[in-house]
Order: sequence, then C-alpha cells, then structure tokens
Amino acid sequence: MNLITVSGPPSSGKTSVILKTIDSMKTRGLKVGVVKFDCLSTDDDILYEKAGIPVRKGLSGALCPDHYFVSNIEEVTEWGLSNGFDVLITESAGLCNRCSPYIKDIKAICVIDNLSGINTPKKIGPMLKTADIVVITKGDIVSQAEREVFSSKVNTVNPGAIIMNINGLTGQGAYELSTLLYDEEKHVTDLKGKQLRFSMPAALCSYCLGETRIGESYQMGNVRKIDMEKK
Amino acid sequence: MINSKDIINVVLADLIEKYPFLDSYFNDNDLDISNYMQNTLTEFFSHFDEEEKEDKAFDEEQTLKNLVEYTNQMIEFLGIEEDGNTINSITIVSGTNKSGDEEKFAELKIHKSEIVCIVGPTGSGKSRLLADIEWTAQKDTPTKRSIKINDEKPDMKWRFSSSNKLVAQLSQNMNFVMDLTVMEFLTLHAKSRLIENVDDLVSKIIDAANNLAGEKFDLDTPITSLSGGQSRALMIADTAILSSSPIILIDEIENAGIDRKKALALLVGEEKIVLMATHDPILALMGDRRIVIKNGGIDKVIETTDEERKMLVELEKMDNVIQNLRSKLRGGDILNKNMIKEK
Ligand SMILES: Nc1nc2c(ncn2[C@@H]2O[C@H](COP(=O)(O)OP(=O)(O)OP(=O)(O)O)[C@@H](O)[C@H]2O)c(=O)[nH]1
Ligand SMILES: [Mg+2]
Repeated sequence: MNLITVSGPPSSGKTSVILKTIDSMKTRGLKVGVVKFDCLSTDDDILYEKAGIPVRKGLSGALCPDHYFVSNIEEVTEWGLSNGFDVLITESAGLCNRCSPYIKDIKAICVIDNLSGINTPKKIGPMLKTADIVVITKGDIVSQAEREVFSSKVNTVNPGAIIMNINGLTGQGAYELSTLLYDEEKHVTDLKGKQLRFSMPAALCSYCLGETRIGESYQMGNVRKIDMEKK
Repeated sequence: MINSKDIINVVLADLIEKYPFLDSYFNDNDLDISNYMQNTLTEFFSHFDEEEKEDKAFDEEQTLKNLVEYTNQMIEFLGIEEDGNTINSITIVSGTNKSGDEEKFAELKIHKSEIVCIVGPTGSGKSRLLADIEWTAQKDTPTKRSIKINDEKPDMKWRFSSSNKLVAQLSQNMNFVMDLTVMEFLTLHAKSRLIENVDDLVSKIIDAANNLAGEKFDLDTPITSLSGGQSRALMIADTAILSSSPIILIDEIENAGIDRKKALALLVGEEKIVLMATHDPILALMGDRRIVIKNGGIDKVIETTDEERKMLVELEKMDNVIQNLRSKLRGGDILNKNMIKEK
C-alpha cells in the first residue's frame, strides 16, 4: 500500500483535489481509502462516502492536531492495510502555520490556494517547505499574473517541490497529479522507526493540560512571554 | 551548476552581488540577513540559537539544500532566457474520444500568432484538451493524445518547472485579489519574472491596457477597484506582454468595456498562440480555424471560410448597433427605430 499525506490550510481545496485525483486512480483499477483528521468537526467524511470511498475520521478536539496525527498514524496505516487498499490518503488541515505533519519517505502533498495572499508562502512553515508536491488551487478565479507571482513565491520557499496548479472544481490537473502518486516500489507495511520530517510545534504548558484560568500563577511548563518593549 | 561547497564560505554581500535574485530569496524565506552582510553563509546560519531555530522552524540542512536548488534553477532560467526559448508551433497528435474511437484528424499544427477557436458543449472535453497541452501529453493521459513542440517531442521541463508554464489562462471569472495599486502590481509581476527594464515594460503594459479599455488608467488605483473593462484590459495587456507562457487560453471575453479585436491583435502581435473557447460568433470568426469537440474528442477542424469572413464584417456592424443602444440606455435616452438602421 502507498501512503500519501495531504495537508494544507483550512478550505484550501484538499478534499476537492483528493476526490478528483481518486476518480483518476479508480479508472486505473486502484483501491483507495481516506482518513480525515480535523480539530473540532468535519463533514468531509460524508463527501468521501458519497463518492464511494472508504473513509474514517479522527477529531483531535482539545489536542494539537499535529500531535494527534502522529500518535494515530500507525493505527490508521493498519486500517488501510487490513482493508487491502492500494493507496491510503490522509487529509489533515494545517491549523497553525508551524504545522509539520510529514513523515520521511512518505509522500507529502501541501494544498494551498491562490486566494490566500502572496505573503502566505513565507508564513507557512514546514507544512509547505518540506512537501514533495505543492498543489495550488483556485487559479480559476484570480488573474494570470497573480497565479504566476504566487507560484514563484512558493518556488522560493520550496524550490525542490513539484508545483502543480489544479482546479478543484473541474479537476483540471488532477489526472496529472494522480500519475505522480502511485509507485509500485513504495509500499509501506508499517511505520515503526520512521521519523517526522521536522519537529512538531512544542506543547506542554499548563493550558495544554486543560488549565482555563488566566494569570501568571497558573502558567507552568513551556511558557514564553511577549516582549512588550521590543518593537 | 553550483553546489553547497561553492557558497557556504562566501561573504553574503559578495554572494548577493553575484546572484542578485538571492536578495529576494532571503526575504521571501523570512531570513533577515541585513546585519550579516559581511559574514559568510555559515556564520549567518550559526547565529541562530536552538530556541530561535525551533521557533522559526529553521533547518540549516534543508535551507542550504533549497538555496542551492533555487540558485541552480535561476542560473538555468536566466540562461534559457538568453538562448531564446521560442516556441514556433505546437502540434496535437490525435488520440481517442470518450468511447475509445479514433479522433477524426491526424495532426493539428498551430503556429505562433495564430488564433484557433474551440467550440462544443460544456463538459465535452475542452478542459481535457487544454490539460493535454499544458501537460505536454505523451499518450499518457486518458485521451492518448500527444503534443509536439516545434515538431519535436517536448522537454519535460514544461511539465514541472514553475517558471516555464506552457499555457496562460484568461477567463470571465477571474478577478484581481491582491491589495496593490496598478503600479505596484505590475512591478511585482515584472520582478517575479526577473526582468531588468521593469519601468519600460510597465509603461508598455499601461499603454496597451489604455488602448484596450478606452478609459485612462490611474496608476495609483488599487487593482481591486478597477472597473470591469479596465481589469479585463489590464489582465490581457499584462498576460500578452509579461507572461512567460507562449500559449494563451481565452475563455470568452465579455463584450463590454473592452475592444476585443484590439485585444486579440495585441496577443497575436506578441507572438502568442491563442486558443479561444467561445460561442460568440464575432470572436469565433476572428479565428483562423476552429476545433469542434464532441464526446471528449476532436470531431472536426474547420477553416474559417471566405463567406464566414465576409459575414464577420456584417456581424460587427450589428454588434455596433447593439453597443450603441446599450450606451443610449445607459445615458437615459429613449430608443427609436432609426437607431437600428445602419449608418
Ligand atoms: N473556484 C474554485 N473553488 C475551489 C477550488 N478548489 C476548491 N474550491 C472550493 O473551495 C471550498 C473548500 O474546498 P475543500 O476541498 O472543501 O477544502 P478543504 O481544504 O478540504 O477544506 P477543509 O477540509 O475544511 O479544511 C469548496 O467550496 C470548494 O468547492 C478551485 O480550484 N476553484
Ligand atoms: Mg477537506
């Protein structure tokens, strides 16, 4: 089974792109499943189900979605293997710009959209910078010039990535993406011993553990203060 | 080609003098080198302490790898620009339609400065045709078509390079979304293409856009507040003059606030190959040929006939009448039958 991790800011077009890409994979006889990670709620599972794609979802709730992802990815992989998928795709929303959900040797795709603004590529960390493929969506509603500038900004922060423009509505470009995703040689059997591409955002302050009260005496562990003097 | 050894011990000021594009590279990667211009790259990297590295999600190895990769891409890109990277023709070699039947043409060769229209119902396969061209298909897409450039099998760079895209697109739904003025916007686009004579080019684009829109542009207007006709004109002028892509796909051009004939002339004058998806008879007959798409395949390729060209003259007159009525309505006039008579 090939494992593919797809990540990107909320509403950037991940589900649309994955659905269109799976359409193309299915015509080649590949069996594909999806696991969707989100924070509080998601209806993506309904969309996948409607398209006849086996799907599971995991909601991280109060936990950092990245940490939740990495603590569950083994079980997710086992689910995929036991269902006999050729390809298992995980979709996770990168909720903070410091997100870093990718694993070494596992194909990583970042989906961002042309509407997010030209400074966005600079602001997104490892989620964009360490992806193998960057998919840019919503090119149908911005000008040619803005598309060109946006993809050149993406190229500057991740020059090694393959950058593809895909229209999530019509699927233009999704067939092409699908040809880059399945690799006969790249089967995973388990993830033990594999490593993250980059460390995840740090946690472990008292608020991580459920503290709700405001005030210095309640703040413990990994806490840092803004320097209000510095401009 | 350079490798990391060639740059790690170079003083940043010298590095930027040699590769000026790295200045914006550091900026776009949120690396502030302003206080380290007299230091080497290694020294600059080592000034981050562990906590800063963690906060900025900075990884020295990755950053260096990217820097080398980017520099090599730019060296190659600038080299290509000098050698000339001109496309004289693209050729579509036939494949099959959705039912698997052979398409009814052998090869379709389109030259630069040519306008070819694409007609057919929505969902008939226009997007697929475009995608085949953009991907320089080699019998490896669902239609089994292949694409040749200058009569030869194309270089794979057209598939994957972010700065060498084959097809630029202009469509009705497109809007400007950036918070920039006309001037800032054009300058930014020119800079992203590493163009040297930015000012000349910007004024060339403005002249062209003014010529298309009729209303004069104010360079300090935010691009998001331009009128419909002005945005369209600016998009077309910018794409014609500044886009690196040799092929332009146009998805209808609204018949309002812009001179469509001049717009096509501008694109053709810049030696673009123009593909136009349209069912507007005036636009369709401006093309040299038209491709009819049915059931996912190219069903016919029709040369615009002499009779059709003569009709175009009549159609343009009819169009003028309607445009005229439109502006009368806008001005609050009452219409009368004489206004329909030809002048
Ligand atoms: N115009 C346009 N709209 C798009 C495109 N891709 C996606 N959309 C729309 O953008 C919205 C969000 O798309 P989704 O695919 O749900 O995005 P997502 O990244 O999966 O969102 P979350 O999973 O909720 O984070 C939907 O309304 C899509 O129809 C595109 O290329 N063009
Ligand atoms: Mg989604």
